[in-house]
Amino acid sequence: MHDVNRVALVIFVLLFAFITWLGFAAAHWRNGDLDLLHEWGLAGRRFGTVVTWFLVGGDLYTAYTFVAVPALAFGAGAVAFFAVPYTIAVYPLLFLAFPRLWQGCHKHGYITTGDFVRGRFGNRWLALAITVTGIVATMPYIALQLVGIQVVLGGLGLSGTGLAADLPLIIAFLILAAFTYSSGLRAPASIAIVKDILIYITAFVAVIAIPIELGGFGRIFAAVPPAKLLLAPPGPNTTGSYGAYATLALGSAFALLLYPHSMTAILSANSGRAIRRNAALLPGYSFMLGLLALVGFFAIAAGVKGLPEFAAGFKQFGNNFAVPALFLHSFPSWFVGLAFAAIAIGALVPAAIMSIAAANLYTRNIHREFINRNPTDRQEAQMAKWVSLIVKLGALVFILFIPTQYAIYLQLLGGIWIIQTLPAVMIGAYTRWFNDWALLAGWAVGTFAGTWMAIAADLKPTYPVHIGGFTFPGYTALYTVILNIVAAAVLTVIVKALGTRRPAADETVATDYLLV
Amino acid sequence: MNPEQGKKDGWSWWYLLFLVQFVAVLWPPFYNEVEPTWAGMPFFYWYQLLWILIAAAITAGIYLVTRK
Repeated sequence: MHDVNRVALVIFVLLFAFITWLGFAAAHWRNGDLDLLHEWGLAGRRFGTVVTWFLVGGDLYTAYTFVAVPALAFGAGAVAFFAVPYTIAVYPLLFLAFPRLWQGCHKHGYITTGDFVRGRFGNRWLALAITVTGIVATMPYIALQLVGIQVVLGGLGLSGTGLAADLPLIIAFLILAAFTYSSGLRAPASIAIVKDILIYITAFVAVIAIPIELGGFGRIFAAVPPAKLLLAPPGPNTTGSYGAYATLALGSAFALLLYPHSMTAILSANSGRAIRRNAALLPGYSFMLGLLALVGFFAIAAGVKGLPEFAAGFKQFGNNFAVPALFLHSFPSWFVGLAFAAIAIGALVPAAIMSIAAANLYTRNIHREFINRNPTDRQEAQMAKWVSLIVKLGALVFILFIPTQYAIYLQLLGGIWIIQTLPAVMIGAYTRWFNDWALLAGWAVGTFAGTWMAIAADLKPTYPVHIGGFTFPGYTALYTVILNIVAAAVLTVIVKALGTRRPAADETVATDYLLV
Repeated sequence: MNPEQGKKDGWSWWYLLFLVQFVAVLWPPFYNEVEPTWAGMPFFYWYQLLWILIAAAITAGIYLVTRK
């Protein structure tokens, strides 16, 4: 690999040192007793509209997104732009369902989706299914954030053999683990502000400076092979790439907000109104993501793949190296340092929130429910801090010892699994018409069908459904959550008709969910 | 629209406006075209980027009219 880029490395290390200090100092931000789980794990639900904007934005638009979406554009073309309709479809859901969830959770002191489902449906096994799904879906997501860091470290020229090769990643990980342990959600919230400013600077400089250098958008798009420029029009008797594009966007939107790290960031807002305002303000990030997707085309036009100095990087990281390579090619060293720091810090923020979310879930809905039913507040918070460390260690071990492709496959399956919590969580915010055991059965049907379909489709996100000579290729997660809802509804009708089971008590009442 | 009704169940008819952005971006035949280009950018790309802004404006509008 090429030599270490000294100037870029110095800037990178300085910015990293700054956010490390910030992460520890955050413990004293909006002071709270960090021995209470809702203070450590939700920052006391004190974040207003602005901090929530940075936190949720830093959380949902992850470093991996900023590397992988342009990489997809670079490799596959127009299909990568599904990220745009995806992020457009997310915000009505955020606006409508999540302020209701926030209100219900706030009223009853719930800090996880597991808590909510336990209280709403009174069924610990349904809550356990929701909890385990959340933790399992989150793990590969954390691992992918570390991939984002690996790619930029490779871009800085930090390479070696054996332990030396992994040392920078291990250091970054230790920093992340330490400040998350000590400051809880306050750490990623404060760092998100710095990270987002860096990311915005990087993105806008990239989409203005690079096209000027390359001779304008017209030249750039002319360099993109025509087959990649648009979606391939579907042939006869199939919805083809159109159906795949739309269902990927819609299904991803439904899945995104159900992830534990989304819930954690949303629940840390100080009101349902702060969430609603953010549904109108967060599209600022979507716009930046859309522009960054175009950076994949800039990389095609700049011809970085053919340049000998980047051959080793592409060999190691595949198309994920497209963005780092383009930045190295186009920017002065100091700006490369800033841009790479933005990506690496951008990985730490969601990784911290994800590990906190998984820790909250384990502590509240597994440990407290099944192991120690009466922990003190202090024991509960301490347990969560330890679990956050274990979760991150798991992700690190995964990335160091298992091929990256497995994490990508598991993340794909994670999307299919997490969407199966939609009936209990998102529909649950509106109605408890569904029977709790019927929901559990629907979850099982969706999870098994989704896993089977994904494997049958060679671990691609879309599955071709054949109906009467017509083919509908579509996102497996969307198809299987429909199956899940239908199964849960049919079983609910049957259970209610038999009248043998009285539903368990609902801790919440309808007015708990209304915006105040 | 009956404001008392809206208060009781949390529903507002204004929410139906959200459907506009779903239809606009989830039906690729509307926009899977190169022409008209804008500043050299094919329609496919600038149309969807533009809808991010329109959708945000719709959301802000719905927020304002349903605030109380």
